[in-house]
Amino acid sequence: MPTLAELRPGQVGRVEALRGDPALVQRLYEIGVLEGDTVEVLGFAPLGDPVEIRVGNTRLSLRNAEAASISVQLV
Amino acid sequence: MFNALSGLRQHVGNYPGVTVEMSKGHFTHAGTDFELIDLPGTYSLAPRSPDEMVAVDLLLGRRPEEQRPRVVLSIVDASNLDRHLYLTTQLLELGVPVVVAVNMIDVAEAQGVTIDCARIAEETGLRVVPIQANRRIGFDALKDALVAASKDTAGQNGPQLPEPVEREVAALKAELNGDVPTFLARRLLLDVDGHTETWLVGKHGLRLKQQLTEARTRLAAEGCSIPGIEAKTRYAWVRSITAKAVTKPATRPVTGTDRLDRILTHRLWGTLIFLAIMFGVFQAIFVGAEPLMGLIDDGVSWLADGVKEALPSGPVRSLLADGVIGGVGGVLVFLPQIVILFGFIAVLEQCGYMARAAFLMDKLMSRCGLSGKSFIPLLSSVACAIPGIMATRVIENPRDRLATILVAPLMSCSARLPVYALLIGAFLTDGFAWWVPGVTLFGMYMIGFVAAPLVALALKRTLLKGGTPLFVMELPAYRMPTLLGVVRRMADAGWAFVRRAGTFILASMIVVWALLYFPDRDAGGRFEERVAELKESGDDAAANHLQAEWKRQSVLGRVGQALEPVFAPLGWDWRIGVAALASFPAREVIVGTLGIIYEVGEVDDDEGEESLRGAIRSEWSGDPVRGKYPVAVALSVMVFFALCCQCASTLAVIRRETRSWAWPAFTFVYMTGLAYVGGVATFQIGRIITDMFQG
Repeated sequence: MPTLAELRPGQVGRVEALRGDPALVQRLYEIGVLEGDTVEVLGFAPLGDPVEIRVGNTRLSLRNAEAASISVQLV
Repeated sequence: MFNALSGLRQHVGNYPGVTVEMSKGHFTHAGTDFELIDLPGTYSLAPRSPDEMVAVDLLLGRRPEEQRPRVVLSIVDASNLDRHLYLTTQLLELGVPVVVAVNMIDVAEAQGVTIDCARIAEETGLRVVPIQANRRIGFDALKDALVAASKDTAGQNGPQLPEPVEREVAALKAELNGDVPTFLARRLLLDVDGHTETWLVGKHGLRLKQQLTEARTRLAAEGCSIPGIEAKTRYAWVRSITAKAVTKPATRPVTGTDRLDRILTHRLWGTLIFLAIMFGVFQAIFVGAEPLMGLIDDGVSWLADGVKEALPSGPVRSLLADGVIGGVGGVLVFLPQIVILFGFIAVLEQCGYMARAAFLMDKLMSRCGLSGKSFIPLLSSVACAIPGIMATRVIENPRDRLATILVAPLMSCSARLPVYALLIGAFLTDGFAWWVPGVTLFGMYMIGFVAAPLVALALKRTLLKGGTPLFVMELPAYRMPTLLGVVRRMADAGWAFVRRAGTFILASMIVVWALLYFPDRDAGGRFEERVAELKESGDDAAANHLQAEWKRQSVLGRVGQALEPVFAPLGWDWRIGVAALASFPAREVIVGTLGIIYEVGEVDDDEGEESLRGAIRSEWSGDPVRGKYPVAVALSVMVFFALCCQCASTLAVIRRETRSWAWPAFTFVYMTGLAYVGGVATFQIGRIITDMFQG
């Protein structure tokens, strides 16, 4: 199963699981990245990191290492 | 929003041990007097740092400075309702009436989203008021709701965590003998490695840690794994309500933010626009502030001259004119840069661009252990470290913020420029290729650009060691900044600087003034009078000579001479040493001090500077060390000034921002050490190279 960091700009994934640093996972949950939600990758910063994503109406910037803790199912 | 409710009657609440500021304000409505405390914005009441803990403690009435709040006002953003109501569900557990203000209904409506506030109120039992903070719409209804809620007793329903979770919470609370309220017992269980855990495990011992791990394992086995269970429970509740109260278009319309973001975070266009904006900001602080700074300078000289004319010669006059007025001027002169930078920061933050700037610069800054949010503070420090350090407030992570504060003074600020200009003009212009002055100046700026990231990296690997901070950052929707908000931010920053840093800067300037003034007489009488007499008789050379003699025998002059062995490895004599010592409160005074020590009198125009250059050149040429290695010595002085923290204002601002004397002391010591080592290395290497060429 790919992680969010492996998606290309414009691709949309459904969140399957969050795992990794408890503080990071908790923050993602708090911000509203929950299992079953769809996430769109909007683009990457000039040096390829971080990544900009959209969950619902919220835009987030995550480092690739952080995006790698979100495993997704491509839709 | 806070400003709109409390108007101009507000002040900053100080809480010991906290670096964040919380504003307090007042308003009266329907005969009820309200005191309002503005807590820092947050996603959740799960404290991860002492600062966040203070907000939770305030809400729980656990801070000695404040009573427990009677009402909590939760402002939620209509275009991000679910996420904001998540925080509201946590507020419901405080046991205090909660009023919900749904802000920016208009923005949501523009996106085709309608929100039925009455329905939310019905479902939750809360008072829910639609408002538009920027246009002050709905404020009366909101204030009515606050008055009514302050008389409420109970009757709010929030989400209930599953029974196994609450059972473990109750067990933990009992274990702690009622030391903490249920709210904190819940945080202890739910926030893995959070602040509540660190604090209580530190207090009650490692057995608690063991119990926590066991409780979490039990819960995971029962299908309530932490931290997921909290978010799932709360969001399920929130979404069940918004499903009834919110109608959205079937497909999400493309918003202005979508279109703007496509350009502004674009790899190429986004970067170019970012560079253009940064150039504009930089140019404005560097160049735009200049006329205002010149005006302040002129005003200060005018005032000092007035005092000199009005009072009889003596220590009092000199103290007032050179110490106090000069010191006040030294504080005020920073204001234009601070106010201009904060104007830009306010605009960039309010319109939502700040987060994009951090996004674009993050990778670059992460190489030195910082994040994209450190970029603007560090860039601003190239104009002046003081607004730069104040701008670090945009960095939430305390370790990143501290690292940025500590390295910001290494960036070559505009006050270093006169030193570079003087020495490059004297020793690296005549007889050198046309590009040498420019390259040397560029090199001096590069020292800061290289040293700051290296020191930041070293700090993050040693003193400020810790896990990589989260960079999960929201990129807010773009919106127009408000004039009032921007002006207020500028005024706050300027006023905060004058009030908190002013006294320290003034005091240090007066100390150095005294050290250079006393003793003010020798066997021949008072220096000041004799210098004035010589000047009046037209013998400027004798006057300048006597003034130099005065400074040489002053306390600071004597210290400089005693320290000559310390300066020797730098290639300096006591004259340069005294000038460097005298410029510790404000590095830009070195030019004036050198003028006095090298007997050219006051240096206040180009002609004065040219004669100072000549005087330094001729003085050095007669000296065995400086005559042989003038370039090495000049470079050693410049490198020293590039790396040294010769700025009382910077130290005062670091003290203010870190709320501790330890960090300014640390900055002073490490930078002075670095400057000395750098200066010695420059001189010694320069000497070897000179010897090679001449040998």
